[in-house]
Amino acid sequence: MRMIKRTDMTKRKAIKIRTVAIIAAILVTSVFIGSIGHNPFKVYISMIEGAFGSGYRIRDTLTITIPLIVTSIGIMIAFKMKFWNIGAEGQIIVGALFASYFALNFSYLPKVVLLPLMFIAGFIGGGLWALIPTFFKVQFGTNETIFTLMMNYVALKWVTYLQYGPWKDPASMGFPKIANFEDSALLPKLFGIHIGWVIAVILIIIITFMMNKTKQGYEISVVGESVDTANYAGMNVKKIILSALFVSGGIAGLVGMMQVSGVNQTLTTQVAAGYGYIAIITAWLSGLKPAIILPVSLLFAVMIKGGSFIETAYQIPQAASDILQSVILFFVIGSEFFIQYKLIMNKRSKKEVA
Amino acid sequence: MTTFLVAMVIAGTPLLFATLGELLTEKSGNLNLGVEGMMLIGAVAGFGAGYTTGNPLLAIMGAALAGGLAALIYAFLTVTLRANQVVSGLALTIFGAGVSSFVGTNFIGKKMPVEVISAFVKIKIPLLGDIPVIGDVLFNQDYFVYMGYMIAIVIGIYLYNTRFGLSLRAIGENPSAADSSGINVTVYKYVHIIVGGALCGMGGAYLAVVAVPQWQDNITAGRGWIAIALVIFVKWNPYLAIFGSYLFGGLSIIGFRLQHLNISPQFFDALPYLVTIVVLVISSIRKSKEDSPPKGLGEPYFREER
Amino acid sequence: MNNQVFVRMEDICKTFGTVKANDHINFEVNKGEIHALLGENGAGKSTLMNMLSGIYKPDSGSIYIHNQETKIGSPKESIEKGIGMIHQHYKLVEVQTAKDNVILGQTGSIFLRPKKLSEKLTKIVAQFGLSVEPDKKIYDMSIGEKQSVEILKVLYRGADILIMDEPTAVLTPQETKKLFKIMRNMASEGCAIIIITHKLHEVMEISDRVTVLHKGATVGTLSTKDTSPRELTDLMVGKSVNLSINRPEVERGEVLLSLHHLNAIDNNNVKVLKDMSFKLYKGEILGVAGVAGSGQKELCETIAGLYPVTSGDIIYSGENIVGKSPREIIKKGIAMSFVPEDRLGMGLVASMDMIDNYLLKEHHNQKGFMIKRGPIEKVCERMVEQLEIKTPSVHHPVKQLSGGNIQKVLIGREIDSNPQVLVTAYVVRGLDIGASHTIYDLLNEEKKKGVGILFIGEDLDVLLELCDRIVVLCQGEITGVVRAKDTTKEEVGYMMAGERIEGQVVAL
Repeated sequence: MRMIKRTDMTKRKAIKIRTVAIIAAILVTSVFIGSIGHNPFKVYISMIEGAFGSGYRIRDTLTITIPLIVTSIGIMIAFKMKFWNIGAEGQIIVGALFASYFALNFSYLPKVVLLPLMFIAGFIGGGLWALIPTFFKVQFGTNETIFTLMMNYVALKWVTYLQYGPWKDPASMGFPKIANFEDSALLPKLFGIHIGWVIAVILIIIITFMMNKTKQGYEISVVGESVDTANYAGMNVKKIILSALFVSGGIAGLVGMMQVSGVNQTLTTQVAAGYGYIAIITAWLSGLKPAIILPVSLLFAVMIKGGSFIETAYQIPQAASDILQSVILFFVIGSEFFIQYKLIMNKRSKKEVA
Repeated sequence: MTTFLVAMVIAGTPLLFATLGELLTEKSGNLNLGVEGMMLIGAVAGFGAGYTTGNPLLAIMGAALAGGLAALIYAFLTVTLRANQVVSGLALTIFGAGVSSFVGTNFIGKKMPVEVISAFVKIKIPLLGDIPVIGDVLFNQDYFVYMGYMIAIVIGIYLYNTRFGLSLRAIGENPSAADSSGINVTVYKYVHIIVGGALCGMGGAYLAVVAVPQWQDNITAGRGWIAIALVIFVKWNPYLAIFGSYLFGGLSIIGFRLQHLNISPQFFDALPYLVTIVVLVISSIRKSKEDSPPKGLGEPYFREER
Repeated sequence: MNNQVFVRMEDICKTFGTVKANDHINFEVNKGEIHALLGENGAGKSTLMNMLSGIYKPDSGSIYIHNQETKIGSPKESIEKGIGMIHQHYKLVEVQTAKDNVILGQTGSIFLRPKKLSEKLTKIVAQFGLSVEPDKKIYDMSIGEKQSVEILKVLYRGADILIMDEPTAVLTPQETKKLFKIMRNMASEGCAIIIITHKLHEVMEISDRVTVLHKGATVGTLSTKDTSPRELTDLMVGKSVNLSINRPEVERGEVLLSLHHLNAIDNNNVKVLKDMSFKLYKGEILGVAGVAGSGQKELCETIAGLYPVTSGDIIYSGENIVGKSPREIIKKGIAMSFVPEDRLGMGLVASMDMIDNYLLKEHHNQKGFMIKRGPIEKVCERMVEQLEIKTPSVHHPVKQLSGGNIQKVLIGREIDSNPQVLVTAYVVRGLDIGASHTIYDLLNEEKKKGVGILFIGEDLDVLLELCDRIVVLCQGEITGVVRAKDTTKEEVGYMMAGERIEGQVVAL
């Protein structure tokens, strides 16, 4: 048996393969959940119920979807260039930190001034945090995967430090927490959800537009395909990578700003809440296409929200949802192989043809 | 001081196992970011096996088996199906966290039976244990700690002094050269990824079975990521891994002890990551050939198709 | 049967698609003999040798190793039969020592016995006069030393039939000398050695016998001492073939581009361009001939600003463009299209469509942030029509087009940028006659417009008929500049082999 690269893959076939993979994943997870003594069918139904069962739950689910979408978009830009930025978690945190600085110190400013300021600060914070490893990557070839990963923890410890030290709320009577934001630093709501969702939608449009219609997006795609070709075409590859990663990290930083300003109303160590990692997966599963990021992020938000619901409602561990997520992942990333290659049985003599 | 050093070794032991596991995996050219997940699976399997059977050996074996099986998923995805290693590893982390938390709900608050705990009491090694300070720190520990040294040394000998180790290092550096020398790259990758997973599983089990020894959700609390950092810090050298692990283990507990010094404990918490970044950057600036990641790391290998 | 015959290949045929790579080839190597396999690129040398090393299997014909008819199914089987191949690209693990590389993959005791091994290696090293320090790391070694490790690897495995694929291509002259000494030692120790090459002087120097291949067929096997470089050249290049390519007469204009004493080195500090000087005029096609790896690629890339120059100038419209960025050079009107061996490589992005590929350079000229595909779509459609590119649409990924059409896209784009200087390398690589002629016509059109074209080619017949003048390269050096009308295929062949022909050099 041997494999050959497929050239005949159509979009429909690819979707079919992925669908089969997801169904297989659900079946496998069902067996697992069943073997632990729970009714898998009931688990799934309650998860959906937990995610969409009431207006309140729907709003909660969407509140989870927003950071996933936005972070995925940021990660997508880096991944397009085969720059394995797994530091979105840290970029979210630092974005949140920068934005919080303004929220805590300039709360006397009117909302219309303060929020844009926080927005810009968040973007710059996340962008700078991404630029550090990128600089070393383009200059010295330092491995970006591990570098960005380490940066996540440095960011986390930085916030912990602030929370226990200089930024500790004096009014909290010794309890290590950062003060709640004043109203002027809180994102307004639209249809009951903070307006981050509007930002997410706008970002999808802007980034789709950027990737498809602007020079920068075009250059990013060329660099991702072949650095040699980009050089040949007279592109400044280093500059392209640096600026793209600034945007990538900046977008993650925006998530941080939206989480502190729209959801938590203060800065905590939980601000990124793993979104930076889950978004790597949602970005990857979306095939790095902004438009597909939306439904995939929603799917994951449903699993997250549904997972926490089944715990409280049926005493089924929330972790069932993590298992479901990861098994779906395993199957979908595994199924890519069958989209790229096909297996054929052959006699050895055929091997040398072509 | 001695008490601190003793605690440092205990804190470093789960790191040592996980670091050795990831080190083997990376030497085969695969970056497995699922260490945290494999540790968690090992922890819950080890706890479960120890708790239900009361047999310390079964606890260890259960942990190793579970970690190895988790790694097998990753190996199948990345080696056979050539999937992206970063994404596969992250998926494995989510999976491991999910499984351990799901299975662990049955054990919350449960304590390890006495039979198991008593198997891992401190045992002084004659002669060596009598050396001042060092004896207490290194040679008056439990079996699990001793197993850690031994495995590190065995891996060191294996890597540097055996034919298999040589082949493994060649695969990580230049799989096509290894392939053309008649080495079965796929088999090597599978074996070392799985053994690596088993070691990570044992690292998790040390926490659940010996160090804590009571079940807590998310018992590893990020140690898997430190292990990934450690592999770089110790320059892929299993002997250095012993000291690196204890050092990082010490850093994880030093914060509380130095509170009076007015240095924030978070600084020490962040130190392992900062140090790793510095090591990574320096080795890339020096273009060091020896202290760098295996060249084939992260790249799937397949013979050119004709 | 003579048991001195180590390798005998009888009536070997091998076809790839429609191309006959090997056509009834006969080949024989004796014990203690150094046998050169000579031929141009694509003559079928590598295909033939890959059948010995187990990578290909012959469609028909038989192989005898040590007088036993043998089927070689895999590289492993080949090694077991005592055949060792030393590839052009070494397969060594850089961070390991020579010793480690030698025993890699060998079965034996579990533990490495460094001392015993060192002794054994030192013995082989002494026996064959190799210069290898067993404990030196590969990354500390020169190219020559690395090659010695590869040879040691093969000898350690007990090979007595050695195939060396262009072993001197990357060596300095001193290293080459050493290698030849080693090869003679090996031969006198009873090995049979096959050396694949297209360098005549090396054939003359090292080999006992030589087999010449031309277009997949054996032209003959000669004893080296009874032949001459001239005879070998004649056999190698074959008879002139009339391709009836047009060569429009165009008044040659002013100098467009001139190279002055250009030097460049590669990563291993080997000189790849040596003191290269020539001029390119308006309205001419200047051919570049030379065996593969004579510096053609580096020449292209230095002109395009992609390869660092150690010394020398490239003057274009009164300005030295050495050190300018690729983008500045593109802007000045120098276009380069290089078709690498895998056809796609640099110059085109395989997964992108024609429009996006057209934009690679063009997008610099567009104003503002936006990339404008609308106008380019029309340009591409026009190009499809003019060049008869076969594609479902201009929105189709170029990797799905056939080779000829891909090359048309590449060259069409470069021409469309209205360059002053057009550098083309191997533009007809792998194309059929019809497609090739379309490309020649396109180049001639440009020539008529006054563009200066540097045409780097493989086929001497084409160079002779298409170009106005030909620069001949040998090992990064210019061995002659001749007027295509006034020269012969043989003459160019001699120069390619490193002979300088007095009185034929056209004034630079």
